[in-house]
Amino acid sequence: MDFVNAIILLLNYIFIPALTYGSQLALGAIFVTLIYGILRFANFATGDMMSFGTMATILFTWYFQSLGVSLGVLPTALLAIPFGIIFMIFYMLLIDKFVFKYYRNQKSPPVQFAMVSIGVMFVTQAVVRIIIGPGDRRFFDGEKFIIKAREFKEMTGLNEGLALKSTQVITIFVTIVLVSLLFWFLNRTKTGKSMKAYSDNEDLALLSGIDPKKIVLVTWVIAGILATIGGALYGLDKSFKPFTYFNNMLPIFAAAIVGGIGNPFGAFLGGYVIAFSEILLTYAYKKFFMYVLPESMEPNSLVQLLSTDYKFAVSFSILVIVLIYRPSGIFKGKVL
Amino acid sequence: MMVLILMVGIFQSWNIALSIFNLCLISAVMTMGANIQWGYAGLINFGIMGYTALGGLAAVLISVDPVQEAWRAGGFDILMSLWLIVVMVLVIRFILKRFEKSKIRTYSIAAIIISGILLIRFSAEPGIEAIEAVDPAKTGFLGGFGLPIIFSWIVGALFAGGLAFIVGKVALGLRADYLAIATLLISEIVIAIIKHEDWLTRGVKNVIGLKRPAPYEVDLQTTDWFIKLVEKFNAGKLSVIENLADRQAALNQLVIEGSSVFVKLCYSGLFLVVVIILLILTQKALYSPWGRMMRAIRDNEEAANAMGKNVVKQHLLIFILGSAIVGIAGAMLVTQDGLFTPGSYRPMRYTFLIWVMVIVGGSGNNFGAILGGFVVWFLWIEAAPISLFLINFFTAGIPETNALKAHLIESVPYFRFLLMGLGLLFIMRYRPKGILPEKIEIK
Repeated sequence: MDFVNAIILLLNYIFIPALTYGSQLALGAIFVTLIYGILRFANFATGDMMSFGTMATILFTWYFQSLGVSLGVLPTALLAIPFGIIFMIFYMLLIDKFVFKYYRNQKSPPVQFAMVSIGVMFVTQAVVRIIIGPGDRRFFDGEKFIIKAREFKEMTGLNEGLALKSTQVITIFVTIVLVSLLFWFLNRTKTGKSMKAYSDNEDLALLSGIDPKKIVLVTWVIAGILATIGGALYGLDKSFKPFTYFNNMLPIFAAAIVGGIGNPFGAFLGGYVIAFSEILLTYAYKKFFMYVLPESMEPNSLVQLLSTDYKFAVSFSILVIVLIYRPSGIFKGKVL
Repeated sequence: MMVLILMVGIFQSWNIALSIFNLCLISAVMTMGANIQWGYAGLINFGIMGYTALGGLAAVLISVDPVQEAWRAGGFDILMSLWLIVVMVLVIRFILKRFEKSKIRTYSIAAIIISGILLIRFSAEPGIEAIEAVDPAKTGFLGGFGLPIIFSWIVGALFAGGLAFIVGKVALGLRADYLAIATLLISEIVIAIIKHEDWLTRGVKNVIGLKRPAPYEVDLQTTDWFIKLVEKFNAGKLSVIENLADRQAALNQLVIEGSSVFVKLCYSGLFLVVVIILLILTQKALYSPWGRMMRAIRDNEEAANAMGKNVVKQHLLIFILGSAIVGIAGAMLVTQDGLFTPGSYRPMRYTFLIWVMVIVGGSGNNFGAILGGFVVWFLWIEAAPISLFLINFFTAGIPETNALKAHLIESVPYFRFLLMGLGLLFIMRYRPKGILPEKIEIK
């Protein structure tokens, strides 16, 4: 019995939260990686673009709520996401047309692109804060829990409860669907394959008649979808605050690079690598050992490798180690 | 630029003008540091925030009086752990020197690091807890050396340079954009450590009331010569007032205002000295054979390498130098504020804004860096009043109660981001070399 309790404990505090957080990071990381692979720059506006998409979603959610439209047990935001995506794609294309296109035509070095993306970051941050303000916004409605901790305890008679939030299930489900669709698109359709070719060798791709304008357009569309959904899911699960989104850029970068930048599948896995290592290394295992070990061997301390304050630092350290020893990432990057 | 600051002095107040001027000077120092790395050598360093914070930490560690009780409570444990770290580093160095590169070597080094961290954690834990328990409302940390805070400017440079040495050793081989990300993340790690190691820095509890190199306002207000000075300056204004009591009250008011202006002027003087010294040194370096070599390396690494220049070594050197200058600026900043708040170090303000200054001012040009620091900081501060003015101007016809207008006025503080972003984008597009482009005269 104790063993089952221990497993439930880990599931509740490590596995499910890490899986959710990992999914949110993974979506962002694929976004970073796509931009890096095809447009060839590190996009420092990632976090703020995600917050822009989320902001659009929130605005539509409020609009639907004021109309009285809802999805019952599901959050209204799910209905608003497609509109948010359209808004986001529109904004991204606008930025691309007025900002990035010029440097693409100039064939500027990646560093210059990165600098420009910092300008975009400032502007996007300002736009988001001016429109929706810097405060904390919760826009979740509908049923909050699928399984409540107390109900679970009563149901199974165990000591440890397992709480399953509906946002967690939605996040994981949506991520799986979206990512499978994306990989199907990249690997099976003609456009997807031409994107791969373009990322691999631009000149060769151009020679074989691939239209670069179309590739760039499709990339931004996919990026818009990923950014909005990733951002909205994060906002649903936690809450929306522009500053947190800006900070999330860093673990997202970490995930993309750990997975091998330019490689969407690597980025997808990288998200989970980062999320799991953050949570595994900062979790206090005292209770777990109390269940597993006999009473005489119970630990006195918290059995915590690092305090939770260092959560971000963990992912950054992993990234720094990966950068130094395997700059192409765990899953070998730049193949798309 | 000076005219603009003078205008602030006339229209807003001399106090605001001088605090903007002081921060402009500090920003100029930071920008010069970043400019050395980017403009001279083409190294991209997004870790400015980390070096600034280390400079600030130096100010704390130098100037605060040591907390004897805390040293007694946990000093031994801390020294033990420090010793353990030194031993660990030495062992790793020994292994690296002694054995050939192999899987076993890598794994054993990893094992040493992990077990070392665990060992240090267990040995330091009781000490840290004891230190943090010593009067946590006031101290709860080891304190510093109780020296004049001016020394911390040098020590800040040493700290930042030391960190830059480690970062440079591991990260400088990376490609430009990877280097940017790596330095950004490393600076975040530094901030995380400063924020959460309370025994060293008091963490988010902040250190306040640091010593000053300048006199205190309260002391000035009771000093005779200062009151006389203020009286002399405002003689015309005062003589208009007939009533003696009123005149005394007005004088008191002037003395209070004057004292804070005077203190700020002292800081300005100190900062100006630093800026001028750094400017002379960097100019000399730029036109020296060394500066020529740096530019050669920046423009064509392979060619410079083929000419027998040690690119790796020079990169490391300039990375350390630039970071040390940023460290000086960090210590100056804490000196002027008189407090150290680790929570306030955010990449937006301390990394990206400085980069905007570098790009706008003109990379590779020291005067450009200073100009960038001044212009961008001035706009950053004055963006809110300017945008408030513009909003009011354009919506003059709309009644005050209009929701859109109220919303816009409420979000005035965020227009500074917009201004910075647009400024950066326009400069990058139409003047990619900055306001004052790099200009190398061949003598």
